[in-house]
Amino acid sequence: MIQHVIDEPIQMSPRRLLWRRVRGHAGLLIGSAILTVILAVAALAPFIAPHDPYHQDLLNRLAPPIWQTGGTWTHILGADQLGRDYLSRLIYGAQLSLFIGAAATLISGLIGTGLGVIAGYFGGRIDMVIMFLITARLSMPVVLVALAVAALLGSSLTIVILILGFLLWDRFAVVARSATMQLRSSDYVLAARCAGCPTWRLLVSEILPNIGDALIVVATLEMAHAILLEAALSFLGMGVQPPLPSWGLMISEGRDFLFFEPWLIMIPGAALFALVLGINLLGDGVRDVTAPDGGA
Amino acid sequence: MTRFFVQRLGLALLVAVFVSLVSFLMLRAAGDPAIAIAGEGAAQADIENIRIQYGFDRPLVVQYADWLASALAGDLGRSTYFNATVAELLAERLPITLTLGLCALSFSIIVAVPLGVLAAVRPNSLLDRLALTIAVFGQALPNFWFALILIVLLSVQFPILPPSGNETWAHFVMPTIVLGYYSMPAIMRLTRTGMLQVLRADYIRTARAKGLDPLTVLFKHALRNAIIPVVSLSAVQFGYMLGGSVIIESIFALHGVGQLAWESISRADLPTVQAIVLVLAVLYVGLTLIGDLLNAWLDPRIRVA
Repeated sequence: MIQHVIDEPIQMSPRRLLWRRVRGHAGLLIGSAILTVILAVAALAPFIAPHDPYHQDLLNRLAPPIWQTGGTWTHILGADQLGRDYLSRLIYGAQLSLFIGAAATLISGLIGTGLGVIAGYFGGRIDMVIMFLITARLSMPVVLVALAVAALLGSSLTIVILILGFLLWDRFAVVARSATMQLRSSDYVLAARCAGCPTWRLLVSEILPNIGDALIVVATLEMAHAILLEAALSFLGMGVQPPLPSWGLMISEGRDFLFFEPWLIMIPGAALFALVLGINLLGDGVRDVTAPDGGA
Repeated sequence: MTRFFVQRLGLALLVAVFVSLVSFLMLRAAGDPAIAIAGEGAAQADIENIRIQYGFDRPLVVQYADWLASALAGDLGRSTYFNATVAELLAERLPITLTLGLCALSFSIIVAVPLGVLAAVRPNSLLDRLALTIAVFGQALPNFWFALILIVLLSVQFPILPPSGNETWAHFVMPTIVLGYYSMPAIMRLTRTGMLQVLRADYIRTARAKGLDPLTVLFKHALRNAIIPVVSLSAVQFGYMLGGSVIIESIFALHGVGQLAWESISRADLPTVQAIVLVLAVLYVGLTLIGDLLNAWLDPRIRVA
């Protein structure tokens, strides 16, 4: 990889070099393509969904998808146990998954980055305390704690987002800490400090922008993680509550018909798989492209 | 080595106590145990009675100290749902979850390590790309969905495995696969990276130059050094598997700790939930400790650093 960089013609601007790496990275391109499609579907949900995702039509309950005998174009992906159009629920489910993933990642990103930057910059006792917090957080069984808190508080969309946000900050903290440690004594940080820049501004405007690449990679990983966990919580009945069209909830509802109507679990599961795959490919790609020598 | 051991052990104990405190406070903040025991719609007087009877009216710090002291003495309290002490429940359920975890970890290592070695021998070859693709796909596969697909495939379409229960070894096959595949990508990638580094080392070139069998060089000289970080990763992965057993055991109706956790959560059985969080955290802390110690034992350089 290092060899590759040296071989590039010197007159190439960093931007063009980056673009060239992006174009040559199959995973990054595939990931972006999948994610673009799902984002577009989520954004345009009201325009492209053929039906109201909450409208029940008991005459059409468990209508088969188009590729099975008896399938019709009215319900391309069939209808669920309450006769709700499966395609429409799938489309609105994309909104839900993306929203939960983004919101939870935002919370965990703020917590983790804050802790990590502080630990990395100040070091010493502060670092020891924050490292201890990270170790403690890693020792907590995430699924179990999330399930228990959701069950006791009574789960809802907000609760799920908060639980995930407050549980998944560890990787942000670890990465922000080590990246900050590397920058702490670099010349431009020292120069800013000598110039009398207040510490908080130094952290926000000197350190933070320069650890951004690494944090974006963590953000994609954690977003994928949050989306999977939300689906698992909803699947177990402790996440998003019906009648919201969460993909995890759709799989859980389809489970009752597992033996005779397996498409009910196949469709939302495949969507979930594609979304997480897209996010992961994008994250891996960004890591490879921004840190070609395998850092971050 | 002794100093290293004592330091790590002290830290591990501190972490375990802290985690138990946090989970205690979190569960208490999330729900009133007296209401949970009395059941919904119980009279206020009954709830107050239960509060006093179980000692929930005391300050939280006192309750926690009391709980921790008895937990250390092996008394984890009594389940409010099952007619048994939590310790009895755990003694009955823990062996099943540990068996499942060990099977899953072995499965994961047996597949992932050779794959990682082969991928590293020829970087960027077809096999390497295939292994990386499998890893990427594996990481995106939702485990509960994978479990349902396996049930449809192996219990319905081709009925060769039982869908639920834990009577025979056959009941453990699907849960093992579902729990194990999730760790494969991480183990494979780490093996691959480690092998890539080691294979560039001078002593490998020396071993090859003196005409040793290529397989001996690969597995005896190279893998031994490349595998060191994988050891501590495996310990951590085993910890994750114990946590992940909540979902998998409830799908396959395996009567382990995971299913117990699920049952006690849905019945608001706080003493059991609390104890399981504590036990899993202690197991995780213990496993990372063992991983660190194994590392230090395998690689003397870590001890000095």
